Amino acid sequence: MSTAFHEDEIIGAAYDARLMRRLMGYVRPYRAAVALAVVLLLLTSAASLVGPYIVRIAIDEHITPGRLEGLGVVILAYLGALAAAFILRYAQTYMMARVGQHAMYDLRMELLTHLQRLSVGFYTRHPVGRLVTRVTNDIEALNEMITQGVVAIFGDLVTLVGIVAILLYLDWRLALATMLVLPVIILFTARFRAVAREAYRAIRVRLARINAFLNEHIMGMGIVQLFGREAREQARFEELNREHLAAGMASLRSFAIFHPVVGAMSAVAVAIIIAYGGAQALAGTISVGLVVAFVQYAQRFFEPIEDLAEKYNILQAAMASAERLFRLLDEPVEVEDPPAPVRADRVRGEIEFRGVWFAYESAPEHDWVLRDVSFHIRAGESVAFVGHTGAGKSSIINLITRFYDPQQGCVQVDGHDVRRWDQRELRRHIGLVLQDVFLFAGTIEDNIRLGTSSITSEQVRRAAEFVNAARFIERIPDGYQAQVQERGATLSVGQKQLIAFARAIVHNPDVLLVLDEATSSVDTDTEILIQDALGRVMQNRTSIIIAHRLSTIQHVDRILVIHKGRIAEEGTHRELLARGGIYTKLYQLQYRDQEMRHDT
Amino acid sequence: MSRRLHAYVLGHRRAYLIGFALSLLSTGLSVTNPWVLRLAVDGIRSGAAPRLLVGLAAAYVGIALTGGFIRYHWRMKMLGAGRRIEYEIRNDYFAHLQRMHQAFFQHTRTGDLMARAINDLNTISRLVGVGIMHSFNTIFMFTAAGTLMFAIDRPLALVVLGILPLVSLVFVLLGRRIHRQYEQVQEQFSTLSARAQENFSGIRVVKAFAQESAEIATFGAINREYMTRSLRLARTSGALWPAMTLILGGAAAAVLWQGGQAVVAGRITLGQLVQFFGYLMMLSWPMIALGWVATIVQQGLASMRRIETILDSRPVIAEPPDPVRPERLRGEIEFRDVSFAYNGVPVLRGINLRIPGGATVAIVGPTGSGKTTLVSLIPRLFDPTGGAVLVDGIDVRRLSLPVLRGSIGLVPQESFLFSDTLEGNLAFGLEGGDGSRAREAAETARLAPEIAGFPLGYQTVVGERGVTLSGGQKQRATIARALARDPGILILDDALSSVDTRTEEEILQALRRFMATRTSLIISHRISTVRGADLIVVLGDGRIVEQGTHDALLAAGGLYADLYQKQLLKEALEADEASTP
Repeated sequence: MSTAFHEDEIIGAAYDARLMRRLMGYVRPYRAAVALAVVLLLLTSAASLVGPYIVRIAIDEHITPGRLEGLGVVILAYLGALAAAFILRYAQTYMMARVGQHAMYDLRMELLTHLQRLSVGFYTRHPVGRLVTRVTNDIEALNEMITQGVVAIFGDLVTLVGIVAILLYLDWRLALATMLVLPVIILFTARFRAVAREAYRAIRVRLARINAFLNEHIMGMGIVQLFGREAREQARFEELNREHLAAGMASLRSFAIFHPVVGAMSAVAVAIIIAYGGAQALAGTISVGLVVAFVQYAQRFFEPIEDLAEKYNILQAAMASAERLFRLLDEPVEVEDPPAPVRADRVRGEIEFRGVWFAYESAPEHDWVLRDVSFHIRAGESVAFVGHTGAGKSSIINLITRFYDPQQGCVQVDGHDVRRWDQRELRRHIGLVLQDVFLFAGTIEDNIRLGTSSITSEQVRRAAEFVNAARFIERIPDGYQAQVQERGATLSVGQKQLIAFARAIVHNPDVLLVLDEATSSVDTDTEILIQDALGRVMQNRTSIIIAHRLSTIQHVDRILVIHKGRIAEEGTHRELLARGGIYTKLYQLQYRDQEMRHDT
Repeated sequence: MSRRLHAYVLGHRRAYLIGFALSLLSTGLSVTNPWVLRLAVDGIRSGAAPRLLVGLAAAYVGIALTGGFIRYHWRMKMLGAGRRIEYEIRNDYFAHLQRMHQAFFQHTRTGDLMARAINDLNTISRLVGVGIMHSFNTIFMFTAAGTLMFAIDRPLALVVLGILPLVSLVFVLLGRRIHRQYEQVQEQFSTLSARAQENFSGIRVVKAFAQESAEIATFGAINREYMTRSLRLARTSGALWPAMTLILGGAAAAVLWQGGQAVVAGRITLGQLVQFFGYLMMLSWPMIALGWVATIVQQGLASMRRIETILDSRPVIAEPPDPVRPERLRGEIEFRDVSFAYNGVPVLRGINLRIPGGATVAIVGPTGSGKTTLVSLIPRLFDPTGGAVLVDGIDVRRLSLPVLRGSIGLVPQESFLFSDTLEGNLAFGLEGGDGSRAREAAETARLAPEIAGFPLGYQTVVGERGVTLSGGQKQRATIARALARDPGILILDDALSSVDTRTEEEILQALRRFMATRTSLIISHRISTVRGADLIVVLGDGRIVEQGTHDALLAAGGLYADLYQKQLLKEALEADEASTP
């Protein structure tokens, strides 16, 4: 059920030819099924209109003349038509449900596949909740349109035309007389539709305002209470609520007028049949059965008209959803794969930055995160980046993995610009460990293996052992098969970190990137395990660590100090300390405490 | 029906009673129309004068018009009452939320609270609107049409009575199955939703490990299962309406068969048979409505229960029964052996602190040491789990809440502004929104020059649908908002973290005059902010580790001295930054 609806769901036209054409593209693969459903629909309408006609035959040919033989056959024919209508209608409904479901399956897959290609930058700009709404509720709205809206409207139209045709066939003069009310009904319905649409729109807008107000005030309730604003906020809320009530009443009124008026029109039609048809029957030009059949048809005639008007809202909601879905599908892929990518079975792990300028913003003038950064990391070397918060360390990792592209300069892996690699190919050789470990729903084993099905359970276990994770995993009931609860809420930060190491190492990367920045509370025992694991995973591969652990920076081959987006200093721990520059200050600020902690 | 809902409905008993009366009238009128048809048919058969037919036609239209007029008022009364009840419950719901304590909002999700105010109330509105309307109308219609059917011909009526309940039976049987399968679809929909959410939230991991294809495959399997379950549901639910039509058609066939014989046998007239048909058609909707109404009632009651769990939760922090209302608080604050635990985790332990009226006290300490919690106890955003907080020697729990909160100006860590004009936001705590006080406060908070730069000045709308302010601007706006109330106690919870050092110095300069006569508590990480305080309290792990003046604490060489050292290093680094071109 959708609770998330914002003002962006407020809606425009109920029919947009451009959107409709594009939507129909998703139905096209199933056009055979649609054609069949249409045929079934026509047959259903025909079968369901037999009733009054049968009544006419029964009255005129059997009841009035008092000839009972043959009435049974007529009734049986009627039952047969009913059974046929039942089967046909059921088959038609199911056919359309199938089409709708398959089309929505396709659209959903296309959307998700497209979303997988969009860059990390896109995800930082778009709230996850809204994207989820696109994949779920918006697509449901389209499904509803296909299975109920379009088909029902078509079915209603067919029924209308069918009744008109039968009436004309039975007696064209009486039919024309009956349909005298039709122009009035059509005009009135059109008018009603306009009013109802406005009313519906007004309700949605006002409900969205209530929603926004509630959202804001629930989040800021502390402020409301601290500033003693309860009474005035209550008054404002009641005002919004009153506006919503007024819109609701207006909508109610339009429906309360519409239905009785259509009812009255239908009564006028019946009255015409009684007066005019009755006179004809008295004169003997038409039969009594015909009059009765006419009355029954006339009463049915108005049902689809009432229905048509109400189907409008479904169309309207679906169009708005389609608009949003297509906007998302048209979102350009910012980080694209080259047409003829570099391929490599193995990566040596040589990394070079050449004059890299980078900003997260599209208008970067003021917010350069990296300014003219150049460095070279040899294959197999281990390097730590250190720097003050916001110095630009983590963007180094974002550029090597090509989560983002730099505005100027280039990033090379094994001498090839990362933009010349196939993204997935490049990343397959890189192992990434993030500080904030993201765990998926599934078992611990699933979380280590991820979707790489070629990794065996044995390999998962070995990787866990290698990074010191095996011990705590085996102590959990169900071990590797234990389900991860609520994104790993039951695991400690340190345990999640170890799982992240196992996850990286089981994929056997040639380059290891570890983002180990924010300090977190990890108990001493786990801390020792992590440090040991970190040391091991760095062996035999190029390793880049955004470090916060003293032990790490003490053991890497080289430290690069990033300051205000530039490489300010470089060297080993000892060399840099001896220089007494920025590193020394950073060291005292960030790492000295760890030393003291270890000393005590 | 729940007692509370009952009370809301009773509040509109006039509307409902009129509605019932109208419903009775409307039913009475609608059953006369088939009778008119009968007279017409029998008239034709017996060769009556055409004038009679014209008269009957006129009567038919007249009845329909009167019926339409009545139905209009009937719908407006009954459905209108439903909408008004929705309006009333929503107001009461919001009023109740405003009374709830802070901790309530921390362990209840915003989305959940909103879903109740929107979706659940919508369901309740249907229950007290169409639900009530149709359940009574169904009974009336059933009684009236049923009685008349029996009056026309008993055996024929018994045939119909034998068949029609099948409608309800099918509805119940299929309905149960549909319900179960619908739940399965919904469950899979949640799975689908959750998977999409995970994929989007964990997109870095997905991309870093080149898991896109595997993700698409996993999602594809979930999506396929969703389709399978939806189609399973469609196979059942698709049978519902066709089955209804089939049964009603069967009833019509039986009536035609039996009735035809009765007419031929002379037991009833042809007109009566037509009239009977009319009633059969009239009853089909109420029979179907039975099941539909049952669902509406069920869902509505479930929603009401969800609303009631909120309405029944008592605010933990509320106005005391016999509140003390001092004229004005001097601002003397005392923490007497205060401890506080959140969800069983201790946050503050054994805090004893006395702050004389008018003093400026700074609170420092590492993240998570309990600073924010400590100051939140003063305006009773939370109550301590042990010990007491006193203002002017009175336990805050005995003070009148409006008086207590009215004399405190708190600037929270997170700058929260409402989507309103700047003036509306700055005058948020002022009765009647005094513009000049708000402007004065904006001067003090050093926000005025920037406001002057906005084209709409103080009328600039900020927040989600307005201008986006910078972090520093927002902080200064929240400071101005607190100052505008002219509070006796000023609390700044890390309220200057997003403004640069120079602006901070200017604000502090301007605030000094203000703080001289008021009790002030300042939480900050910056030594420059706290060094001038009368007393500096250092918190560590929920306890007071040190306290004293800046110089005394430096001399002591403890946690504060360490923080000071680090601050100097940070400043040195920032200076390095400034010198880098």
